[in-house]
Amino acid sequence: MSVENINHTEENEHLRYDTCETVLEVKDLVVHYELEDETVEAVNGISFSLKRGQTIGLVGETGAGKTTTALSTLNLLPDPPGVIKNGEITVCGHKMLELKPQELEKIRGKEISMIFQDPMTSLNPVMTVGEQIAESVRLHEGISKKEAFERAQEMLELVGIPGERAIDYPHQFSGGMKQRVVIAIALACNPYVLLADEPTTALDVTIQAQVLDMINDLKKRLGTALVMITHDLGVVAEICDQVAVMYAGRIVEYGTLEDVFAHTKHPYTEGLFNSLPNIADKNAELKPIPGLMPDPTKLPPGCAFAARCQYATEACKSAQPEPTYFSDTHYVLCTRYYEPDFRLLTRGV
Amino acid sequence: MKNPETAVTTKKKNRSRAGETWHRLKKNKGAMLGLAIIILLVLIALYTSIFWDYNTMIVKVNIPERVQPPSPVHPFGTDDMGRDVLIRTLYGTRYSLIIGFGATAIGLIIGVLLGAVAGYFGGIYEDIIMRATDIFASIPAILMGMVIVCVLGASLPNLLIAVGITAVPAFTRITRSMVLTIRNQEYIEAAKCIGTPNLKIIITEVIPNSLSPIIVVASSRIGSCTIQAAGLSFLGFGVPAPAPEWGAMISLSRNYIRTAPWMTLFPSLFIIIMVLAFNILGDGLRDALDPKLKR
Amino acid sequence: MSDVMLEVRNLKKYFKTLRGTVHAVDDVSFTVERGKTLGIVGESGCGKSTVGRCLLRLLEPTSGEIYFEGIDICGAKGSELKKLRKDMQMIFQDPYSSLNPRKTIRDIIAAPLLENKIIPNATKKDIDTRVLELMETVGLAERLFNSYPHELDGGRRQRVGIARALAVQPKFIECDEPVSALDVSIQAQILNLLKKLQRDRGLTFIFITHNLSVVHYFSDDIIVMYLGQIVEKAPARELFENPMHPYTKALLSAILVPEIGNRKQRIRLAGEVTSPIDPPDRCRFEKRCHYACELCNQGTPQLIEVSPNHFVACHCVQKNSNTIAAGG
Repeated sequence: MSVENINHTEENEHLRYDTCETVLEVKDLVVHYELEDETVEAVNGISFSLKRGQTIGLVGETGAGKTTTALSTLNLLPDPPGVIKNGEITVCGHKMLELKPQELEKIRGKEISMIFQDPMTSLNPVMTVGEQIAESVRLHEGISKKEAFERAQEMLELVGIPGERAIDYPHQFSGGMKQRVVIAIALACNPYVLLADEPTTALDVTIQAQVLDMINDLKKRLGTALVMITHDLGVVAEICDQVAVMYAGRIVEYGTLEDVFAHTKHPYTEGLFNSLPNIADKNAELKPIPGLMPDPTKLPPGCAFAARCQYATEACKSAQPEPTYFSDTHYVLCTRYYEPDFRLLTRGV
Repeated sequence: MKNPETAVTTKKKNRSRAGETWHRLKKNKGAMLGLAIIILLVLIALYTSIFWDYNTMIVKVNIPERVQPPSPVHPFGTDDMGRDVLIRTLYGTRYSLIIGFGATAIGLIIGVLLGAVAGYFGGIYEDIIMRATDIFASIPAILMGMVIVCVLGASLPNLLIAVGITAVPAFTRITRSMVLTIRNQEYIEAAKCIGTPNLKIIITEVIPNSLSPIIVVASSRIGSCTIQAAGLSFLGFGVPAPAPEWGAMISLSRNYIRTAPWMTLFPSLFIIIMVLAFNILGDGLRDALDPKLKR
Repeated sequence: MSDVMLEVRNLKKYFKTLRGTVHAVDDVSFTVERGKTLGIVGESGCGKSTVGRCLLRLLEPTSGEIYFEGIDICGAKGSELKKLRKDMQMIFQDPYSSLNPRKTIRDIIAAPLLENKIIPNATKKDIDTRVLELMETVGLAERLFNSYPHELDGGRRQRVGIARALAVQPKFIECDEPVSALDVSIQAQILNLLKKLQRDRGLTFIFITHNLSVVHYFSDDIIVMYLGQIVEKAPARELFENPMHPYTKALLSAILVPEIGNRKQRIRLAGEVTSPIDPPDRCRFEKRCHYACELCNQGTPQLIEVSPNHFVACHCVQKNSNTIAAGG
């Protein structure tokens, strides 16, 4: 990369720091997987936005479309079979879906990066962890090898690993430590947005707590906006300030942490809470949601949750619900709220 | 009202793994071409003995017509004994197919059993079987084949055994490595929990699940067994003359390769086509059986 | 005396490796009462699954004794072992690898019936009828009878695994992380099913898991394991209300509660689980412990009853409770 080019990027950077308040915006995203004999409707119209330093939790079960949303955000969807049918994704002013591959490479890792669930497979086993962090820095900021390695050591210290361990190979680290290294790589270029796909699911309870504490701490110090993808409502309560509950490729309930946890409105969210054993009351009965997720290749015309929903009426099955707003921040997709005095039975007073 | 979800499940309900594999294989044009060629060769092998009498048409010497180039009467020409090369080549299909399938079957049965025992029980069994396999595999296959034929005598069954035995190590190794991964699956533990004896576990749980790579190895092995048998026949250790085995035919015609190349060309071409057909079918099978390609 | 169904005495399981002997399970003793559920909790590598596999002789214990209704499991051979296994069954963690992908649901559930000749002189029709009964018990639709496992989702597969375990009408079922691979809403369905089966059939369970809220919900008694040893053993409620061992305290404080305003101060454990290879004779938790004191390197702490039915293996807790006892 030439000197001119570097100056150019630096100028841009200043520009963006000033103008870039909303770091991530996803609008009407629709993603399908087109297979030989069927089409999986993975994401069916998702919109959310994220300001600097905010954290949003995408919660949902297997097949809700969380990971697809994240991969689309990076324009990393495997194609084929993944096809982005509609939507607009903006990361700090860059329209991710319109950029050329080379331009995307500059943005990924530098302005938006992602960490995956399994730390065992996201690291290259034949490179030292220091080299792997340094590589990410050198790709984006044309600095010398030595400087990059020093930065790698700083990053390791930041995630709570002694800097001298930069010369160690991944297999010399335990699971929790590896996930810290992965986080260090993702944060090495100080991105505006970090996508974390179930980053603590593969870890033990006590290690999960350590890593979450660390993410919380780094978020505050670096001002990174975080998209936390998880199935665990406990993780959400711990780390997020906004919550999007996803079901069959749609956000069925969206709001601040307080909105969703204290004033739950959607029957599916209610069902998720009631499925969890209550640590305070051992004898409280579990109330699972009956049935299964609908087949994503044959989504019903109406509300996808209607078949499992205790409140469902005939109207729910025929048409897609429109959002009902309870406040500026809180909305649900549920036909029943067209009736003014509809209330859930167990939550959301 | 009809529930769309149940409709889907009933439609796909009874498609077993074999059914799914066939479904995917059908879409692979190369593999289907290979399969078509193999079926054609099998039909040729079956019907040549009905239409042509071995004694009068295949081996009978006809000196007046010796070494004739291809012509409408003899499309592939005739050999040094005046026999029609086309008829002999077509008739020879049976030898190559029998050796290909038969030798592979011998190698497969012995190799899979040894590999399964070595992988499942481990320890001393594994050490003995695998070291023996290593030693076996380090002897050149053609040399091994020659020694076996020398000891047993040259005949079709002995050639089968000779080629089959040299195919054993490949099957032993692939089976063992499959069994090593399957052995730790929870369904093996579940079978133990319900009191299934070890031998039955190997036969009903382990082997069926290690079949995919074995089938792939087998299908390309048929090709290489054919080549090996042709090689042995070429060297005079195979099916005794005047039987029209392709390797033997090439061997007999090698003195005429400058003057009468058709004598060598057509049997060679058939060997190539048959081996190629099995190999592309093997490739197709590997793709069709690979669970990673499954959605 | 209570009705003890399973008794484990000084169970040890060592694995020899190139780097030394792994003490996967080191001197573990406990009992399970008939009709009750014993939960075994711990993080990965604590030996909880190894204990479970030794109980069913899927692994041979290095030493120790296991008695099931008074019969020594470790000494059982051939037909005796087969008879024992009829009474003891297991539900596995991974619903994807615990079912043979090449068998239909019918064949999977029928296998234990045939193998143990549960129905004398059974015809194919008798077996089919019994399989359908079992499928109904665990809530599987009849139309799945001829399906293959890959056509089923995780929750349904786990139900097949449960039906297979129930087929031999066992008295005792060991569940090794039965719900950890399942989604939250499905997880609750399976837990409710297991509870119902226990009520209806008077089953005895051992429930192995790393999920503390699940084990709290499901178990009567809980064992907490760390690096192959039991560090604390108490009734579920007592353990959650009054944890004594520093490790248990840390584990409990690491539970993420799905409620707002709960970002509580955690007990942060320093470092990670140390190696179980040739551990020295001292407290194995000492290096990560906040309360470590001069006593901790004086031999492996033994489980001592600090209050009724509440056992702790920690030198410091024992010392403190002694002084309290002496002072009070």
